[in-house]
Parts: sequence; C-alpha cells; structure tokens
Amino acid sequence: MSAAAITAHAPSHPHGEATGIWSWITTVDHKRIGIMYFLTSFFFFFVGGLEALLIRIQLMRPENAFISAETYSQMFTMHGTTMVFLVAMPMAVAFFNYLVPLQIGARDVAFPRLNALSFWVFLFGGLYLNSSFLFGAAPNTSWVGYANLTSLQFTPGRNVEFWIIGLSILGASSILGGVNFITTIINLRAPGMKLMRMPLFTWMTLVTSFLLITALPVIAVALILLGFDRFFGANFFEVTAGGDPILWQHLFWLFGHPEVYILILPAFGIISDVIPTFSKKPLFGYPVVVYAGILIGFIGWGVWSHHMFTVGLGPIADSFFVASTMIIAIPTGIKIFNWLATMWGGSLRFPTPMLFAVGLVAVFTVGGLSGVMHASAPVDLQQHDSYFVVAHFHYVLVGGAMMGLFSGIYFWFPKVTGRMMNETIGKWHFWTTLVGFNLTFFPMHFAGLFGMPRRTWTYLEALNLETWNQLSTVGAFIFGASSLLLMWNLFHSVRKGEKASPNPWGAGTLEWALPSPPRHYNFAALPRVRSREPLWDEEERKEVEAVTMAEPDREPLMPSPSFWPVVLAFGLALTWILLMTHIWWMPLLGLAVTAVAVFGWAFQPAFR
Amino acid sequence: MAHAAAVAPDDHHYTSTGLSSWKVGFWAFIGSECLFFATLISTYLVYKGRSITGPYPEEILDIPLTTISTFVLLMSSLAMVLALDGVQRGSRKLALIWLGTVILLGATFLGFQVYEFNHFVHEGLTIGTNVFGSSFFVLTGFHGAHVAVGLIWLLTLWILAFRNKLPATDSLKVEIAGLYWHFVDVVWIVIFTLVYLIQ
Repeated sequence: MSAAAITAHAPSHPHGEATGIWSWITTVDHKRIGIMYFLTSFFFFFVGGLEALLIRIQLMRPENAFISAETYSQMFTMHGTTMVFLVAMPMAVAFFNYLVPLQIGARDVAFPRLNALSFWVFLFGGLYLNSSFLFGAAPNTSWVGYANLTSLQFTPGRNVEFWIIGLSILGASSILGGVNFITTIINLRAPGMKLMRMPLFTWMTLVTSFLLITALPVIAVALILLGFDRFFGANFFEVTAGGDPILWQHLFWLFGHPEVYILILPAFGIISDVIPTFSKKPLFGYPVVVYAGILIGFIGWGVWSHHMFTVGLGPIADSFFVASTMIIAIPTGIKIFNWLATMWGGSLRFPTPMLFAVGLVAVFTVGGLSGVMHASAPVDLQQHDSYFVVAHFHYVLVGGAMMGLFSGIYFWFPKVTGRMMNETIGKWHFWTTLVGFNLTFFPMHFAGLFGMPRRTWTYLEALNLETWNQLSTVGAFIFGASSLLLMWNLFHSVRKGEKASPNPWGAGTLEWALPSPPRHYNFAALPRVRSREPLWDEEERKEVEAVTMAEPDREPLMPSPSFWPVVLAFGLALTWILLMTHIWWMPLLGLAVTAVAVFGWAFQPAFR
Repeated sequence: MAHAAAVAPDDHHYTSTGLSSWKVGFWAFIGSECLFFATLISTYLVYKGRSITGPYPEEILDIPLTTISTFVLLMSSLAMVLALDGVQRGSRKLALIWLGTVILLGATFLGFQVYEFNHFVHEGLTIGTNVFGSSFFVLTGFHGAHVAVGLIWLLTLWILAFRNKLPATDSLKVEIAGLYWHFVDVVWIVIFTLVYLIQ
C-alpha cells in the first residue's frame, strides 16, 4: 500500500547495514530475522532437551521418585510443546527466512515488517509459555491437551491458561509467516524463475506455508473454545451441558496432522537440495518430488482420525482413515525412492550435511514403517498411547525433521557466516547423534509393545521394563552430548572457521551465486534464470554471476527499519496475557497498545 | 538473451505475477480466515440440537429482524463497490459519500447485533446457558468483531479521503479494505443461512 511512498532516490544505507542492538530490534532484513529465529529456536532446543533428560532420569528405574508426578506431567507437556512449537517449527522458519529470497532471486520477503512481527510475536509467545515455570504452573495436560482434562474442574490451576494463551500467540505468528512466504514465493521470483525451476526447499516452503495458514486457524478456534470455557464459563467441553470432549480431539488433530507435515516437509525440502549437490546429479524426478510434496499437503488433511481409532468412531470412519493413512505413505515413499535414485550412480561425497541427509533417509524410513503399522486400526488399538507410538513419532520428528534441519545447518552455514563449519566436530556430531538417537528411541518400540504406557510417571518393577528404559536413558544422554557438540561447532566456526567461498559445495541453485555472506540487499540487480540449476551450466553460471557478483554503483533502496513490529507484537501478546487477570477490561489495555502500533505502522512509510 | 536482463535497482513494483503483493497476501489471509470461520461454523453445527436446557434456537432466533440486518449488511457491500469506483475515478465527493454509506450500514448491522445479544441475555440465553448459547455467541461474536475491525479500517480511509489524502493512485488501499469487507459479508450469508434460516 506504500507504493506511493517511494520518493527517495538515494540509497537508505549508503554504507551497508546499520549495526548495534537497536538495529537488530528494528530490523526488517529477512536474513537477520532468519538468524534471530535460528538462535531463539536453538536456545529452546536445549530447554526442551533438558526437559527430556529429566524425563529420562525419572524413568531410568522402576518406581523412581527423582521428580514428582506433577513435575513429570509438566516436563512431558512442555517437552512436547517446546519441541514442536518453539524448536522444529521456528527453526524451519529460520531457514525459510534466510533462504527463500536468496533461492528465488528476491531482495527480501514480500512484507518485511510483517516478517519482523512474526518473529517478535513468536519470541514473546515462547518466553511467556516458559515463564509458567517461574510460577510453578507450567502446562501439565500434554501437548494435545485433551478435553475435558483441561477444564476448570480437573485442572483448576493456571497451567492450562499458560498453554491456551501461549499457543494462541505462537499460532498468530505462524499464520502471518505463512501469508508472507506464500506471497513472497508466488510474487517475488526473479525473471525466469518459473515455479518448476524453484529449488525444492522453496517448493516445500510454499506447501508448508499453505498448511500453516489453513491448519493454524483450526487450532486457534479450538483454543478459543477452550479459552471461553475457562475464562467466560462457556460449555463447549462441559459434558453436563451437552458439550462433547471428542470435538476437541477432532479439532486438535484436524490441525495436528497437517502440523506433522508442517514439521517434516521443510526437512524434506532441505535434503532435496543437499542430496543432489553431493551426488553431483540433478534431483531424480524433480516434478514427481514436487507433486509428491503437494499431494502430502492435501492428503495430510484427510488422515486426522487415525489418532483417534480408540475413540470408537465406528467401522466406516475407521476404515476411511485406515485407507487414507496408508495412501499418504505412497507420496512419502516416492520421495524416499527419488532421493535414492538421485544418489544412484552419482559421484558421492559425504561431508556432514550429506551424512545428516542420508541419515534422515534411513532413520525416517524406520519411523515411516512403524507409522504404516499403526495405520491399521486393529494394530493401533494395541499400540495406542504406548511407548511404541512415542518411538514412532520421535523417529519421524527427530530422525526426520531434526536431522533435516541439522543437515541444513551444516549446508548453509557457510552462506550465512562466510565460514565453514568444522568437519571433524561435524562428523562426531553426526555419529553420536545417530547412535544416541537410535539407542534412545529404538528400545521404546519394545517397551511399548511390552505394555509401557505414555505420559506415566513411573512403572512397576514386575513389568520388566527397566532394561529398555535404561538403554533409552543412556541414549538420551549421548544424544544430549551430541547436541553440545553442535553448539560448540557453531560457536567455534562462526569465529574461527575456515573462510568459505561463495559456493563451497559446488551446488547448483541461485543462493550460491551470491557472496558468502550475501550483501544486505541480496541482489543489486535481479538475475535471469534459465534452468533449475543455473550454476551447473557453465554459460548460465557466468551470466548469473555477472549480475549477482557485480558491485553496484549505488545500492538498491531497501525497506527502512521499524520499531512498530516489536511494539505491535508486545501489544498482541499483552492483550492475550492480560486475560489471565480475569478482569474483563484488562485485555483492553493490550488492545490499546495494539491499536496504537497498528496505526503507527500503517502511517509509517516502508521506505524512508 | 546473451546477457542478464536485469531489473532496475530501485524497481520495487516488479512482481512475477504482475499482481500487487498486497493483493496476493490478502487473498492468502482470507483463505486462512475461511478456515477460521469454517471451524467456528462446524462447531455450531456439531452442537445443533445438543443443548440440554433452553432457550433453544427456534424459541429465540428472530428471522424477520435478522433478515433486515442481513439486508443492511449486503447493501453495505454494494456501497463498498461504489466507494472503490469513486476513489478510482479520483472523486473525493463520491469516495466520502459511499465510504460513509458503508460505515453507516455496517454500524447499523452492528447495532442490530448489540440489540440481539442484549435481548437474548434478557431472555435468559447467555454464553454459559447451554451449548447453543456458547456456540452461537462465539460464532456471531467473532463475526461481529470482524465487522468492527472493518469499520475502524473504513473510518480511517474516510478520514484520509476527507483530508484529501486518498488519491486514485492509492485506490489499492480501498480495494484491499473492500476485499475484507466483502469477505465478512459472505461469511454472514453463510451464518445467516445455517444458523437462522435452516433451524
């Protein structure tokens, strides 16, 4: 709307980008926002990991009392909520932010200030959610928060309030991000960057963004219903007034299943860029991999009740969801075979990013297979709410999503920092992750099949579950230590790593045509793209690099920094948080801040 | 195509589709809003006939009254179209008249809703009475909140027009607000049909 506001012709930052804390708080640069997303989610990765370790210590021995049952409930709830909403999602968004504009040849995202808003809303939501620990009232009704355990009658404390409000804030951030990336990818591609020439990571960002804007409103409404029950005495989940707790399950999983594809598709996108690079071959069957990703996005909406086979929805409904769940394995399998075929006959190299990518293909497949096992309703009835399911979803989310993100960290670190990560530490990180991860989660299949229920504080000695649990605990500590290696590697390499060339891996996509790190405006002039791997064709590479590497006479005008996003994020978060006072007019104070920020924002030209 | 055809450094109007990013982004947002209201409406339908105590919908919903308010809201969409046309023609007068009409009609609709809510509470239907009360008030309340946000937005545009700061080159601002307003209208048509007409 600010098109008319572009009046200045002089570059806004004649000497490059400003530095200092204030410049980061007011930044609208997608690369800086990406870095902030990464650092925040990396911090929460350790918070969530610590919670997992406390769980593992508690389960190391039968009838252990290392932490209380109440603390245990808070730990597994916050571990799940943190890892999903504060780690896997925002770390993927960190990659969206940093990479998508570079991969499609854009100077920034479509709405730079909105992008900053997404980050600040996410940060405030994450901090608020974790502040519940200070009040001893961390959410304790599991990450799925089934009604009516969450009703005032059964969980009278503040715990559920923190959860409702925290997730609402985080959901708003995701919807805004989704809108922004859809627009960016549809509208800001450089000349010649047709949809079917986009790097797979950008493609999967697009699919994920559509899932974000469609799935998050569903959980938003579920949280609103629960919030109205708790704050304003509504009856949505009040059985005595005709409310139906099963509605919560439907709404939650209607969001929750697309959500698992929100978590995994970015990782699929990452390794679809990594594997061709280290196989020196274009991705095998590019269009099929794209269509498989889109298909997963669609079918992902039709499988939610496979989380609810034990509810008793009847044979017709169960059969439908058995079939759809088995069908969604097909596009996923297609991707696996395409990655294998890409490697087949390639001149393979195995630096750390490739190790993690191949690790994903192997480990995710294990999780995929156990997923198909409990796609069958009768089998699922035996496995539901047991550690078998815990094993399954950690194989797909840690072995899948996190391994993919690790691969991406090693792959694009040189682009972001201009330095290489240490390969020796990287290899140690990979192998300790692989061993620690499998040692943690493989035994859980057995613990589950032998009858160990999820979300239970302790178990009896007579159940003979001790060995499996001890293996898991040892594995968890190895996995925890491996994550410290990653932290050390990042910390060490950002300062002392070997200097990186613009394209250290010999990759084919557009972001590698830019200097490492890219200049704050990315592209002084927009290149023209003629193929999927512009850097793998000698002639096209020269043409593209003539544009991307050229020093411009004057820098392009970039959107100006703005403090309104952080103010608006504060206002939005405050509005929700003040609900906790249970005084009806208190949220209006937050709304006032929000209104001021909206108007301040709307009347501040984007380019000054 | 020997050498890269570069786009001028300061060209911030360039988009791959030729459409304004604001429009693309806003359509995506409307897509998101569709799912939001679809979920609220589904909740209402799931709980239809599940209330254990009254008042029940057939006892309390006033179809003639709501038909009038629905008509008012639909007419506001017509005025919105004319307002956009006025701005695109660069006519301050037409912009003020028609934007003003949208605001008046929208406010009238909201007035009807306030009256309706008030009336229901006096009849003994609150958000805590039964599942009809809960799902009705939350669904129509969120729609009303969307109307209210739209009114603030349109009022801002009206003030801009009044101060001569809404030239034809800025008509996209009105177009986006129009998209929002029409969307909120369409949602009401669905609510009116499913909640009031088909009991």
